[in-house]
Amino acid sequence: MTETKTDVSAGPAKSPLRGVAFDESAPLLEVEDLKVEFHTRDGIAKAVNGVSFSLSEGETLGILGESGCGKSVTAQAIMGILDTPPARIAGGQVRFRGVDLLTMDEKLRRHVRANKIAMIFQDALSSLNPVFTVGWQLAESFRVHQGADRKQAKVRAVEMLDLVGIPAAKNRVNDYPHQFSGGMRQRVMIAMALSLKPDLIIADEPTTALDVTVQAQVMQLLADLQQEMKLGLILITHDMGVVADVADKICVMYAGNAVEQADVYQIYETPAHPYTKALLESIPRVDQKGQELTVIKGLPPALVNPPPGCLFHPRCTYAQDRCKVDVPPLYPVPGGRASACHYWEEVMGK
Amino acid sequence: MTTDTAQVQQPTPGDDPDTVLTVRDVKKYFPLRQGIVFQRTIGHVKAVDGVSFELRKGETLGVVGESGCGKSTLGRLLMGLESPTEGSIKLLGHEMAGLKPGEMRRLRRDIQIVLQDPYSSLDPRMTVGDIVGEPFDIHPEALEGRERRKVLQDLLDVVGLNPDHINRYPHQFSGGQRQRIGIARALSLKPKVIVCDEPVSALDVSVQAQVVNLFERLQDEFGLSYVFIAHDLSVVRHIADRVMVMYLGKAVELGDEDQIYGTPTHPYTQALLSAVPVPDPRMKGRRDHIVLQGDVPSPANPPSGCRFRTRCWKAEDICAEEEPLLQIREGSDHLSACHFAKPREIIHTEAEPEGQDA
Repeated sequence: MTETKTDVSAGPAKSPLRGVAFDESAPLLEVEDLKVEFHTRDGIAKAVNGVSFSLSEGETLGILGESGCGKSVTAQAIMGILDTPPARIAGGQVRFRGVDLLTMDEKLRRHVRANKIAMIFQDALSSLNPVFTVGWQLAESFRVHQGADRKQAKVRAVEMLDLVGIPAAKNRVNDYPHQFSGGMRQRVMIAMALSLKPDLIIADEPTTALDVTVQAQVMQLLADLQQEMKLGLILITHDMGVVADVADKICVMYAGNAVEQADVYQIYETPAHPYTKALLESIPRVDQKGQELTVIKGLPPALVNPPPGCLFHPRCTYAQDRCKVDVPPLYPVPGGRASACHYWEEVMGK
Repeated sequence: MTTDTAQVQQPTPGDDPDTVLTVRDVKKYFPLRQGIVFQRTIGHVKAVDGVSFELRKGETLGVVGESGCGKSTLGRLLMGLESPTEGSIKLLGHEMAGLKPGEMRRLRRDIQIVLQDPYSSLDPRMTVGDIVGEPFDIHPEALEGRERRKVLQDLLDVVGLNPDHINRYPHQFSGGQRQRIGIARALSLKPKVIVCDEPVSALDVSVQAQVVNLFERLQDEFGLSYVFIAHDLSVVRHIADRVMVMYLGKAVELGDEDQIYGTPTHPYTQALLSAVPVPDPRMKGRRDHIVLQGDVPSPANPPSGCRFRTRCWKAEDICAEEEPLLQIREGSDHLSACHFAKPREIIHTEAEPEGQDA
């Protein structure tokens, strides 16, 4: 890779981020008590209701949950790309290297978004602009953020495509998104996210739209690049298999709340929340023969008028009277874990 | 069903009373046209290119493969929604190809479909009662003199919906409940075979198990046979008795669930299985990972010989010259379309006792 005069990792000399006091010794990302609300016709929906986690470099955090549990909204809040209104960040902090992003000036934040935190979306076809070539879109970040001229930017774009394993990158750089297959498009998205060498990548269901063999290719690429560049990675998914393969630690979300947080081995071995446990028992596994699946009764609650007490209690097999009234806090569980269940000991013990 | 696998795969051409569906070398080519006024056919997309199998009473055949492998086209062919370019499909001994619309309609009472997307496969302006009851508009004789409303309420009850909700509209239901409506519609005419085209892939994990269990219960209750088309190999392992793996319009491997998942012999099946993520972090380093290179070639211009050879690590010259037939290969007891078929254990099934908990 030819180093040009603009030093990539520090950002260009004129970067407005130079004035921001990022503390290199602080954790890469700390989310504390994040709350996001949506104002709807029926009332206020608490899409994210007090979520906290932290992440250091080279680490992968899996955020696991079903549709509507608030996992994507969390990601968008960290990125600062929520549509406000209807969304409103009702509280909490998102600290990147010790600096709170939520109170940061939007102009500065824009530079954080490109140089420090990048995002990979689920649907690569709709995330790419169909009327520009892939190379042009990829080169855009070099032009805008690093002041590279067209020629330089294009050279960089080819390098990035090479990096993510697109064959004959030199020729493909002039192709349009529709000329790429689904897996290749997702590679382009990864190239785009990595182009300014961010420290943190948020991948929102990056392989959900892909076939399994392509999913394996893309996940491997992502894991390799993460290792190589010492990236922090937040992987948002509903697939309990994908997270088991790549994540170091896992945060399980249910109806806007983080209900369990633990190391990946712990959570699969002895889940400490009834929801996690029920999820693990309800999925068919390719390495197990068909026995009847344990079913989670009912549906996730509406976020506008949620049930009182623990949000999971109407579907929970461990629920007792107390669960209908008392909202469980996130109890610390031995082993550096946490579970939002009054009866976590019972859940783990059985 | 019987455990005599050799007989399952190679039945006599005579009509076995237990065989509900016989598919012989069925092909579907879609023409590619060029020109605006004078259209010339410049080629064909070979969506399904010579697939054969039998389905027995009470059996579930899983059809797996990646997008574009022709599995959904196969489902449409079975339903008579597309007519095959070549080949024969026999439902309960009746040939389906080339039937007149009226005859087809009568035959279709015995084969119904459950579609993938419970949002777009239900008419938003019809009530649940109208949707589930629509088959009776076409086949009034199927009511057999019973009261229509009572029949519909029973159907809703069977699939686990509240019978009082008969006058509600689809938007008032959740995804899982809508899929139940679709299943009730498919059940209404008491079919023998149900084609399930990705019936649970649009559902959330916690709801998916409910619907999978419903399929299994209904099979036991009504003696249904399923053709279960899905890309999720875990779900197929759970529900299927036999599995057919498809690649670019061809069946590359066909066998019992045990044989396909336990000792797959075709390299594509092996790669496919090794790519399925297992929800168990302890398996991280212990699994064989076969990561395929490249993408699926275009079905309009498939590779010569074996269609998988462009991505196969075993490919040799013979693979480009001679197309491997789907047959029982040496060292294995089920059908495989590979010159170099060799059993290889990909997924290490834990010898787990009946209890699920560790």
